[in-house]
Amino acid sequence: MTRLLAQGVTLGYEGRTVAHDLSVTVPDDSFTVIIGPNACGKSTLLAALARVLTPAAGSVLLDGREIAGYRSKEVARRLGLLPQTATAPGGITVGDLVARGRYPHQRLLRQWSDADEVAVAEAMALTGVADLAPRLVDELSGGQRQRVWIAMALAQETPILLLDEPTTYLDISTQVDVLELCARLHAEVGRTLVAVLHDLNQAARYATHLVALRRGGTVAATGTPEEVITEDLVGDVFGLACRVLPDPETGTPMVVPRRPLRPGPGAVAGRGVGDGVPAVGG
Amino acid sequence: MVVDPPSSGPAPPGRRAAPSAGVTGSATRVLGLLALVGLALLVLVVSIGIGSRDIGLAQSWSLLWGGDGGVADAGTEVAIVRELRVPRGLLALAVGAALGLSGAVMQGLSRNPLADPGLLGVNAGASAAVVVAIGAFGIGTVGGYVWFGLAGAAVAMVVVHVLGATGRSSGTPDRLVLAGAAVTAVLIALVNAALVLTPRVFDAFRSWNLGSLSGRRLDVLLAVGPFLAVGALAALAMARALDTLALGDRTGQALGLDVERTRVLAGAVVTVLAGAATAAVGPIAFLGLAVPHVVRGIVGPSHRWLLPYTAVVGATVLLAADVVGRVVAPPGEIQVAVTTAVLGAPVFVALCRRRRLVGV
Amino acid sequence: MSAPPAPRVTGRLLRLAGGRVSLRVGPRSVAVGALAAAVVVLGALVSLTTGGFPLTLAEIGETLVGQGSRSTEFVVLTLRLPRLLLAVMVGGALAVSGAVLQSLSRNPLGSPDVIGFTTGASTGALVAIVLLGAGTLGTSVGALVGGVVTAAAVVALSAGRGTQGLRMVLIGIGIGAMLLSVNGWLVTTAVLQTAVEAQTWLLGDLGNRGWPQVVALAVALVVLLPVVFALARALALLELGDRPAGALGIDVGRTRTVLLIAAVGLAAAATAAAGPIPFLALAAPQIARAATRAATPVLLPSALVGAALLVAGDLAVTRLFAPVPLPVGVATGLIGGLYLVVLLVRTWRGSTT
Repeated sequence: MTRLLAQGVTLGYEGRTVAHDLSVTVPDDSFTVIIGPNACGKSTLLAALARVLTPAAGSVLLDGREIAGYRSKEVARRLGLLPQTATAPGGITVGDLVARGRYPHQRLLRQWSDADEVAVAEAMALTGVADLAPRLVDELSGGQRQRVWIAMALAQETPILLLDEPTTYLDISTQVDVLELCARLHAEVGRTLVAVLHDLNQAARYATHLVALRRGGTVAATGTPEEVITEDLVGDVFGLACRVLPDPETGTPMVVPRRPLRPGPGAVAGRGVGDGVPAVGG
Repeated sequence: MVVDPPSSGPAPPGRRAAPSAGVTGSATRVLGLLALVGLALLVLVVSIGIGSRDIGLAQSWSLLWGGDGGVADAGTEVAIVRELRVPRGLLALAVGAALGLSGAVMQGLSRNPLADPGLLGVNAGASAAVVVAIGAFGIGTVGGYVWFGLAGAAVAMVVVHVLGATGRSSGTPDRLVLAGAAVTAVLIALVNAALVLTPRVFDAFRSWNLGSLSGRRLDVLLAVGPFLAVGALAALAMARALDTLALGDRTGQALGLDVERTRVLAGAVVTVLAGAATAAVGPIAFLGLAVPHVVRGIVGPSHRWLLPYTAVVGATVLLAADVVGRVVAPPGEIQVAVTTAVLGAPVFVALCRRRRLVGV
Repeated sequence: MSAPPAPRVTGRLLRLAGGRVSLRVGPRSVAVGALAAAVVVLGALVSLTTGGFPLTLAEIGETLVGQGSRSTEFVVLTLRLPRLLLAVMVGGALAVSGAVLQSLSRNPLGSPDVIGFTTGASTGALVAIVLLGAGTLGTSVGALVGGVVTAAAVVALSAGRGTQGLRMVLIGIGIGAMLLSVNGWLVTTAVLQTAVEAQTWLLGDLGNRGWPQVVALAVALVVLLPVVFALARALALLELGDRPAGALGIDVGRTRTVLLIAAVGLAAAATAAAGPIPFLALAAPQIARAATRAATPVLLPSALVGAALLVAGDLAVTRLFAPVPLPVGVATGLIGGLYLVVLLVRTWRGSTT
């Protein structure tokens, strides 16, 4: 049984519809990545799956039940979310922020148990922020801060983890670190991950299941990276003329944009066509 | 200081087109401005014809220009029209424009659509000075209060700026607001202490404390006029700088703006305009916040248009409120601070409910 | 991989009932709270024993158990004790209300007046004093009615289309401004004697209050404070942002609404009892937060600091300026304002932001 899926959802904000009648299934034990152009509804879909956004129509099902029917803490014990932007209150230490992730497992009179301690320690070890514990979050670099937020989501110990653009604003080696961590969580610890990523090549490398959305919030394709990332799809969904080659390291599809950037008459001024690639089409 | 709304929703991807679809063309805007100016002048003319003495509009007009208005021995009537009504009308226009402008500049300076000129301690400073004037110097006329009010507002401004600049060369908007709140709290506490301890002072103060145009003659207008004029011109000249400042400190600096100097200048402009206005007529709340807010929703956030429109609209609103106050409860009158708020608030609330709110 | 190092979480762990109950307490919070409580106790002792009619502790003790003379009973039970209890409760209620609202609005200047409540309460009270000539009880009722009606109006007017936070604040400001001018007008039209009375109420007055106010306020606190304290952890998590908080299992909309109502309710009860005491709701939580160096709203220390401030302030205005009854609001405004200045200077001197 798939634990998490969206059925015919219509999503939007204040009168503006971003997606209409969208159905997406998250296969269990997968590392699902949602890709698509700007404003296609990726983050909105993730928010709906995480129950922080209520669909205008349709339903999101978690473990066979309507997600809206659960109590909030129940959902928080099964789903974790790493949001795109989050503000840490001034003056909070790393240790404290990660510890906040244990809230769904705590009660008024049981504010800190051994299980909490272990979960926080493991989360911080996994993300490599254990020695940053007494530092103030404000003082950290962007990459370190992102890892702390991930640690907080990990401390929640949920079987399903949703990540909204976890690699934005990070330098390339930190991006790779974060994605490798996600891959480890998926493969070794056995969590189901759903991530929104901008970088197609990263998505192809790490995902076991891809969902490509078109602008307007409709599904263009789903399946393995090999099935989804094709030259036709990239051209259709992103409007980008490209070549798709196997990644030399992993063999997964790698997108190489063509020059000029758009299929069309004439070359873009200033860009040469000296590599022998014809200026029009592919 | 940015006031985050308690329920911050996600930023919608992509934006709709700007709401001010009807007033985009420059020609339309100039025409609109001229129309508003015309309206202001019309209200001014009407206001000259209204008062507790039964001197109608036509009569007043002819009295103003030296005729005798068909009244034998028109000495007092002429005096009333020339020395009371006309200065009052002009003062209303000037003060209304000044309050509107200072609010617009304040909102631009602090990048906060909720900012009010009073946040910088101007009202508190003027009030404290007036209390001193009444209590220590026994001054009882509005003309006397004016100079004290100006001085008080100026001193408060300096203290707030010095406080806000601790550890730096000048204060950021957040700091200025906090400093203003602190200084206001201390001053108001002292003022209240003085009021409660000396009922005589309280009696005189409470009528000043409710902003009003009654009894304001030519001397008041002449006293604050220069300050208001200089402040208004300076504000209008800052339009470009304020637009750039709205983009953020870093971006503004990258575009060549001297951010610190602009902020200090803007703060001074706000204080001069609001301080002089308050010194002249007493505290009038709400105008400095509401008028720029509403105008921004109509002509957009560009200060090139926002400032002139705010000035004219503010002037008209205040004068109209004064006229209403004189008409509604004869033979007395209701202070303009009351009419402005009581009439303006429902309009403001209605607009807030309907429009999409435009931030700074 | 060796065992992960124990995570350093701030605060001491308090374990009871064999590990089934565990609470985290910050040592600084405890210290600040204890200090504030000590101030309250000290202030209480001073206010009960000194004044125009000095009493010893023994006499007070006797009176409390019903053994005192008629005059001591009057002084203690009718004059001083209600006033003291009011100071403690009003200070605590306003401080907690301010702490919650500052946290919800993520604005250190956030105050219970965000929805025009305090101004509405003042209008109600002024109508009672100036137009109806009511006594203290009538004024309290007027304040409560005025405040609740205003708050309800603001919320009703800003509802629909998703209560945008900004819209509600703006409408609150608009209605507040309108009522403020009405208040000013009422003060100017009244006879001087009445106007002074009105002005005194506007500055917060703990005197001339009796047991009805004390009991009513106590009931309000018993109902509302547990609600707020139970949601304290949720409040701290809301500061992370609506999405992270929602992801951690907090029903954001409902928690926010409940906290807002509770905070306004606390302010309402306090204002009805003692008038709008300025600056307490703003300063007390800030002082508590700065002293405990906490990254979260510290509700209990805030309450104790608020109580201490008000008890001390009331003591100052009644003893230092006797026999002139200076309203306690003057003291809180002065102390709060000066403290804020010192705090700002100290914070800013060290930083460049």
